[in-house]
This record gives sequence, structure tokens and C-alpha cells, in this order.
Amino acid sequence: MKLKLATMALLGSMLMTTPAIADDLTLYCSADEEWCQLMARGFEEATGINVDMTRKSSGETFAQVKAEAANPKGDIWWGGTGDPHLQAAEEGLSEAYESPMRGELQPWSIKQSEASGNKTIGIYSGALGFGYNEDLLKQNNLPAPACWADLLKPEFKGHIQIANPNSSGTAYTTLATMVQLFGEDGGFDYMKKLHVNVNQYTKSGSAPIKAAAKGETTVGIVFMHDAVAQTAQGFPIKTVAPCEGTGYEIGSMSIIKGARNPENAKKFYDWALSADVQSRAVEAKSYQVPSNKNAKISPLSPDLSAIKLIDYDFAKFGSSEERKRLLKKWDDDVSTLPQ
Amino acid sequence: MLRHGLDRNVTFWLLTGLAAFVLLPWYGIERGYLDMRWITGGWPFRGSGASGLFAGLERPWLLPHLVFLLLPLAAWGRLKSDPLFSATLLFAGAGGLIWLLLQGFAIGLNGFEWSWLEALFGPQDIRQFGMGYGALFTAAAFLFFLSSGLAARGVVNGDTFVVGSIGFVIAVVGIFIFFPIMKMFIAGLQTDDGSYSLSVFIAKFADRKIWSLACMTGGTRCGVAWNSLFLAVMVGLFSTLLGLVFALVVTRTGFRFGRFLRAMTLLPIITPPFVIGLAIILLFGLSGTVTTTIAGITGMQPTRWVYGFTGVFIAQLLAFTPIAFLVLIGVVEGVSPSMEEAAQTLRAGRWHTFRTVSLPLMRPGLANAFLLGFIESMADFGNPLVLSGNFDVLSTEIFFAIVGAQNDAGRAAVLAMVLLFFTLAAFYLQRFWLGKKSYTTLTGKGDSGHHPLLPKQLRYVLFAIAGVWTVFTLVVYFIIIYGSFVEVWGLKNNLTFNHYVRAFGLSWNEFGLHFSGAAWDSFWTTLQISAISAPLTAAIGLLTAYLLVRQSFAGKQAFEFTTMLSFAVPGTVIGVSYIVAFNVPPIELTGTGLILILSFIFRNMPVGVRAGVASMSQLDKSLDEASLTLGANSWQTFRKIILPLLRPAILAALVYSFVRAMTAISAVIFLVSARYDMATSYIIGRVENNDYGLAIAYSTVLIFVMFAAIGLFQLLVGRRQLGRRFDQSRTNWEAGG
Repeated sequence: MKLKLATMALLGSMLMTTPAIADDLTLYCSADEEWCQLMARGFEEATGINVDMTRKSSGETFAQVKAEAANPKGDIWWGGTGDPHLQAAEEGLSEAYESPMRGELQPWSIKQSEASGNKTIGIYSGALGFGYNEDLLKQNNLPAPACWADLLKPEFKGHIQIANPNSSGTAYTTLATMVQLFGEDGGFDYMKKLHVNVNQYTKSGSAPIKAAAKGETTVGIVFMHDAVAQTAQGFPIKTVAPCEGTGYEIGSMSIIKGARNPENAKKFYDWALSADVQSRAVEAKSYQVPSNKNAKISPLSPDLSAIKLIDYDFAKFGSSEERKRLLKKWDDDVSTLPQ
Repeated sequence: MLRHGLDRNVTFWLLTGLAAFVLLPWYGIERGYLDMRWITGGWPFRGSGASGLFAGLERPWLLPHLVFLLLPLAAWGRLKSDPLFSATLLFAGAGGLIWLLLQGFAIGLNGFEWSWLEALFGPQDIRQFGMGYGALFTAAAFLFFLSSGLAARGVVNGDTFVVGSIGFVIAVVGIFIFFPIMKMFIAGLQTDDGSYSLSVFIAKFADRKIWSLACMTGGTRCGVAWNSLFLAVMVGLFSTLLGLVFALVVTRTGFRFGRFLRAMTLLPIITPPFVIGLAIILLFGLSGTVTTTIAGITGMQPTRWVYGFTGVFIAQLLAFTPIAFLVLIGVVEGVSPSMEEAAQTLRAGRWHTFRTVSLPLMRPGLANAFLLGFIESMADFGNPLVLSGNFDVLSTEIFFAIVGAQNDAGRAAVLAMVLLFFTLAAFYLQRFWLGKKSYTTLTGKGDSGHHPLLPKQLRYVLFAIAGVWTVFTLVVYFIIIYGSFVEVWGLKNNLTFNHYVRAFGLSWNEFGLHFSGAAWDSFWTTLQISAISAPLTAAIGLLTAYLLVRQSFAGKQAFEFTTMLSFAVPGTVIGVSYIVAFNVPPIELTGTGLILILSFIFRNMPVGVRAGVASMSQLDKSLDEASLTLGANSWQTFRKIILPLLRPAILAALVYSFVRAMTAISAVIFLVSARYDMATSYIIGRVENNDYGLAIAYSTVLIFVMFAAIGLFQLLVGRRQLGRRFDQSRTNWEAGG
């Protein structure tokens, strides 16, 4: 009986053409659509591996990876601010990998990797700052702001937009930056005074500068490269590196634990860290600073060496415990105040 | 009492089940149900295509299914009335289903899912994947055995069709609504380390951000629960009023441009919701056209007044009034003129007739329209996303509780429960208001077919309201279409076709026509998935409505509650609960096109149900009884008598589910995958990127596609012929397209 079955099976498989083993990679991308497309199509061209790409914000992707943990669908998660990547590493959702490309990377990228037990790595970096709409500033006779402290001036009441730190990694980075810059009491004091001038807490991190570009608010607190991108599109946006110093994010990449195509994921990982690939970010109008030392930097990109960067403690402020504590404090002490 | 063979239907399902168990792959395929590659993957003996029987050689727990499948043979030669017949079928059906579920949940990807099994058998090296076609049809056979057994016992007058339908609806609603929501709520009790705690739940529930009433007492803002409730009540009330105004204008004023108005009121529902929000920003935002013009004339400082309650309210009213209109038009038309004629014969004036006869008879429609507006507003996600400013509502809060940096599925579940409570409360209030009065006006008896005109003053008021709203809608749509041609709004105001070329460009290459535009992929997927889900939604919705209105059975209340449940749950929660529930065996669907189709069917099913219930409660039961008396069975009656009279309801369900599938966003955003990306999630991505041009251009194309589709549905479904003369109100669905 068993023999008969086996013969039949053999016959069956001979009669039917065996399908080619698909060479696939499922990419979860948390950067801009254009940049994501560039990476997906670029990798396809370079390797012949078929890329299925889904673009979602880093928070959404984290939620998806977490939900799918028992049966992962994605292979690699590229882009998006570092905190959710660190959180994924902390919760064991990503796989450790040491790329041969590490020698070419900036120290901040390696530091990010080490903080996560090599489960994530920095691919680009961007500093926090703000941008303002020059036309609206003129119309409202406002002085050009240069420092964080300028945003607290009473004449800016109703002119500033920032994301809600509960929903946005960018705004949480702002909160954490203020705490590190002015101490916990000073930082919250700053957020309270800022609260008075804020016209809306947006849900998404880069929404404030997009609103500023469209003339829906005067100032938006965002990552500087997001503000530069609006200027590059032709909107009257001026980008400011705050004089007191500022925090920064490290856009990251992680291999998803239990990936169905782990070898291809590693190929993508090495490829994405190469200088050539990182130099192409500008084509997608992305102005972050690349993590490969040899990659070309756009002249429009904010020059990180000219910006006063704080020594941002990613391990501490990226942990869920500290995050929950700070967010609760912000909810209780800041968001309830009258505006 | 012997007879030859076995009941015909039972034989059919026995053979189907057997064939499925022996021939079809028992387990699901990695790439989803629509992928047919299993045929070459060792089917049916081994590998991913192995059927239940052959997979059972390695996985012995599958073999008992065969026993349950063959069991009905024991009823061979017995009559339906024989107690052994029903007992055998009941045992085979129930036993098979229970076994199927038990083994499915007990053994998962990593062996035993339940620790007591592991304690009993020791750790075993076994695993299984999600169920596939084989399991599906085997389960269907079991379900039919069970319902045949029940019918043979005399349940619902022994009507096999009705019992089978009830069983089917309960099974699918259970799997695709109840099960995921239960899983989601269990997540609400879960703490960070994976254990369960009631105190964590209570702490989350009592949150000030949900229930604060600070805005009433001069504080900054109220809790999201109150915000949502206030918004939903206002939107429900005003959309019902406006919908009624339009329905009356079209049917009872002798208005000549009904065709135009009907087409107009369709516009907002075939628009991706956030597009209306965008247009409102372009008009009324701080730098909006209207705002800056007014500021230029009056010298006032422009403000951000539109962000918050006002903006969302306006956008939702634009979006949901047409839904109210669609619900009300059927009811307003369906109110039999004979009642109104009777009132006028008794010397009631036009106003008196309208107030005391026509309006009360429209109650079911009004209540349904309000309920729809209320729930739609509660669940709406797109408009609050772009317009709500600091006026937080539940649906967006839920979304950001899950995807935001806070990432708290528990909080999302708690917020969802609050939302559910509100919507269900509205549902019960509606039932309470309707009471047990009879609204039957569509009988087999003849009438003149003339609806009386409304009193003159009322007509003028209606014309004025409808006129203003129509102009406003036109302006909004002009902005949308105009905006799709503007290069960069507010910056480079020159007109260009660029956005259309980028989205829907075509080119010729060596393989022939090449769809080079960026939007084609998501466009085809969307079209395909919407076209598949619309007829399925209408079918299951109307079947359910038929069971609810025309049949009485134990547990009908609970049955109705279940079928309405998915409507009360916001898409966001459906999305996340589907991911939580259907990512792991026994039902593995994430990343497939099927999960999108299923989410649409069960999310939109209540609209089919409501439309069907509203129309069917106007059909006199004597029509069915006449058919049954003449010897037709319940299936024939349903198909030949009720279905043709339900054409408006069928059309409403088809149009609504198709349109919703094309424009839905909140559930979709969680369920799209690389392979199956939908138009709305693609557009949201462009909006996020400040690329309004492409987003609006894509939306404009979607609007025209939906127009064409609605026209097509009308041609396919046709119009119910009521035998009334329509020379007075010469507007109908064909004319409305």
C-alpha cells in the first residue's frame, strides 16, 4: 500500500510541472513611500529577488510585527525611528545579526546596534528641530525663532504645532530631549509653557511641518530633515537647529524573528548598509544623514556636525518603562492644562 | 417504516464532505486560499496539498472526521420522521463540528496549545497549520447534518432551508465577528507580561481621558467618550433630517430634477471619506480659499476654526446624509398612498395628513437612518484623522492606542467597549421607540399609486434647505476635481495632468501595454476585492433579514444582536482583532486577499440586514402565506416573492457594500499586505506625504469608477414593479443613476 502510494505520488509529481522555488523577500518599510519604492525596486534590480513591500509608519509596523509574532509574515523591517525597533528587540520580535558592513558605519549606528544586542542597526540619523512658514511669520509680524526658548514667547500663542507624544515617536523624542536638556522638572516646565502656545497636537510626527508648508500653522516641531524636505518641494519653510542643542533619532533596520526568507533578509541588510545604496536617498527626496561613512550626503541635509547634539540616552529613554512613565506624567501634568 | 436510500440533501452533503476530506487539501496554503499552487505541491497525497485522509496518516487526530462523515449512513432507509434519523444526523453533525474545533484549537503551530494536553500526553513533536478547503467543506457538511437533524426534529416547522440558513449565519457570524472580538477583548484584560488582570482593566476603563466632563465646568476638554457621543448624536440627527428633506423633495413635491438630486446625493458616499476632509481644509483651513477671501474682505484675522468639532461635523454630514437618504427613499416611497388617501378622504388637510399619517409610517426608516448616521459617525476614522484638531474622538484614539508610540492594545479594547456600549444603547433605544406597532403598508391590495403633495410652505422650506446643501456639496466636489489638476495647491497653482499620469500612466513596451502608473496595482486589487465582496455581502445580509423578519425561532433576539454587532464595532478594532484572531491556526488568513473580503462582508453585512429588514417589514406577510398556501416551500417563496420585492434593498446593499469596500480605510489599514494593497491605504500614504495632488487625482478616478459600478448594479438588479402609476413622481432608480 505504501509503495503504491509512493509510486502514485512520484507519478503525480512527474506529470505536473514543479513550480520554481520563489525567491522572495517581504519588506516592511517605515520610511517615505518614495524611498521605500526606491529600496524595493533597487534591491530587485541588484539581486533578482522579488520584493513584496508594505509601507506603514513605524508604530503601525511594530503593531503588525507584534501581532504576527506567532507566525511572522515579514522578513525585514527597514526604516522608521529607532524606538519601536529597540522595543521590538526588547520584546524578542527581531533577530540578532552582525553584518560584514559594520566596519563602514558611523559610531552612532554601531551604538544603536549594541544597545539592542545586535538586533537592530542604524541606517540613517536626523536631528530634532523646528521649521516655520516664512510667509505666515511675516503676516503675523513674528520674530524669527532660533532657540527652543523662543517658542515660549507669548506672541507665538496659537502658532505652534507638535505631535502628541502618545501617538508619535517624534513628539516623544521631543519630550525626552527636553528632559535630557533641562532636567526632568525643567523639561516638563518647558512642555507646560509650550502647551499654552500649541494650536494642535497632531497624531503623526511629521504632520506639523506639512501643515506649516500648507499654511495651516506657523511653526512645526519636527525632525529637521522633514522640514528640509518641505523646503526642497518649494514650500516657504525655514529650518531651525535650536541654539540650546537638540536630540536626534536613529532610523533603524531589523530582521524579523522567524522570517520565512532569512537568507534574503540578510542579503538585503548588507545591501542596505552599503555606501552606494545610502547615497541614493536624495533621489527619493530624503535628507537624513546616512550611517555609512562613505555615503554621499545631500547639500540640503542638515549638517549634524554643525548642530549641537545632546548625548541622547537611547537605552534609557527607549525602554518601555521610562516611556510609559514620561507619557503618563505628560498626560497628567501637561495635557490637562488650559491653553 | 423503511424507504430506499437516504434523504437526497443528506446524500449530497455526505458525498461533498467525503470528497473534500479525501481530495481537497486539508490545510491552508501559505499564500492564501486564492493561490492554486497546491495542485502541483504533492496533492492529494503529501506536502502542502495533502487531503484530510492522507494528512491523517501522519496526523491521526484528523481521522475521526471520517467516522463522523460516514455516520449518516446509519440512517440509511429511514424516514425523516424516524427519531433515529434525526438522532444520527444530530450526533454526526455536532460531533464532527466539535471534534473539528477541538483539534484545531488544541494543536497549533508549536504542538499542543493547551498545557493540560501536554501534561496528559507529554510533549509531542506535532504541529499543524491553518485549515484549508478540505476542512472548510468538511465543516460545511457537518453543519448541514446538524441542521437537517434539527429540522427532522421539527425545529422551525421542520423547514430544512430555514434551519440550514440559521445554522450557516450563526456559524459564519460566530467565526468572523464573535471569535475575533472575543480574542480582542481578552487582549484588553492582558497585562504587559501576558498574564490576565481585572484591576488593570478597571484602571484603564476609569481613565480621565475617556470620561472627563471638564469642558462642561470650564475646564479644557472633555473625555473622548463624551466627544464621540455628542458628535454622533448631532450627526445622526442632522443627517436624518437632511436625508428626509431630500427624500421628500424627490418623492412628494413634484420636483422635476429628482434625477439630478439623486445623483448628487450619491456623490459623497462614493468618495473616500478623508477626501471630503481634505476639501474642507482647502476651503476653510487657515490658508483655505474661503477663509483667506473673507479675511481679505473684512480684514479679520484668519483662524483655525474649522479644526475640531465643527469641521468633523460638516464633513460627516456631507458624507452620511446620502446614506440616510438611501435608507429613507425606499421607506418614503414604500409608504402606501392608500393610507394617505384614506386620511384625505376623511378630510384631513395636507399638513395634517403628513404629520399624523405619512411621518409616523416613516418611523422605521427614520430610526434606521438615525442609527446608521450615529454609528457611522462613531466609527468614522478618515474625517477625524484630518480635521479633528484637538477634539479627540474614540475611533482615532483607538487607532493611535494601537499603532501609536504607546502601543496599548488593552486600552484600545477598553475604548472599543465604550464605543460598543454607545452603539448598542442606540440600537436598543431605536427598538424601544419603534415599539411593536405595525408599519406594514405594502400589501397585495391595490391603491392609486399617487403620493399626495406636501403643503406649500413646507415644500418651500424643503427646497431651500436642499438647495443650499446641494450648492455646498457641489462646491466641495468642484474643489476636489479642480484640486486634482493643480500642480501644488497654494504654491504652484497652474493646471496639469501630471498627477493622473503619475497614478494611471500607460505605456507601450516590448510586451505590449504596460501599466506604468503608480496606482495600478492597488487599483486592480481594490476593484477585484470590492467586486467579490459586494454580492456576498448583499446575499448574507438579505438572508439574515429574511430570517429575522419572517421566521420565528428561539434565540432570535440574540441572533439579531449578533448580526448587528460588527457594525457597532469600529473598523479599527475589526482590523486589529482580525490580525489577532486569524494570524494563527486553526484559521490563518493574514496577508491574504480573503481576509480583506471577509472583513468587508462582515463589516457591511448589517447594512444589508437593516435595508432588508426595513423593506421587508413593509411587505405584508399574507404575500408569503399566499405563496406557501399554494404549495411553494420557503426557499421558493423567498426567491420568487420576497427577493423581487426587495430589489431596492438588494440594490442598496450591493451599492453600499461595493462602495464601502472601495472607500473603507480603518480596518483596511491593518489588513493590507504587500501583495494586496488597497486604494485607500495607498492614498492615505500619499496624503501623509503631502502629495495631495496624486491623492485627490486617485480619489477622483475612484469616484468615477464607483459611479460606473453603481450604474452597472442598477442594470443588473432592475427595479421592483409595484404596479403603481409613477406619472406623478417620475423618478426612479433607473433615472437616478
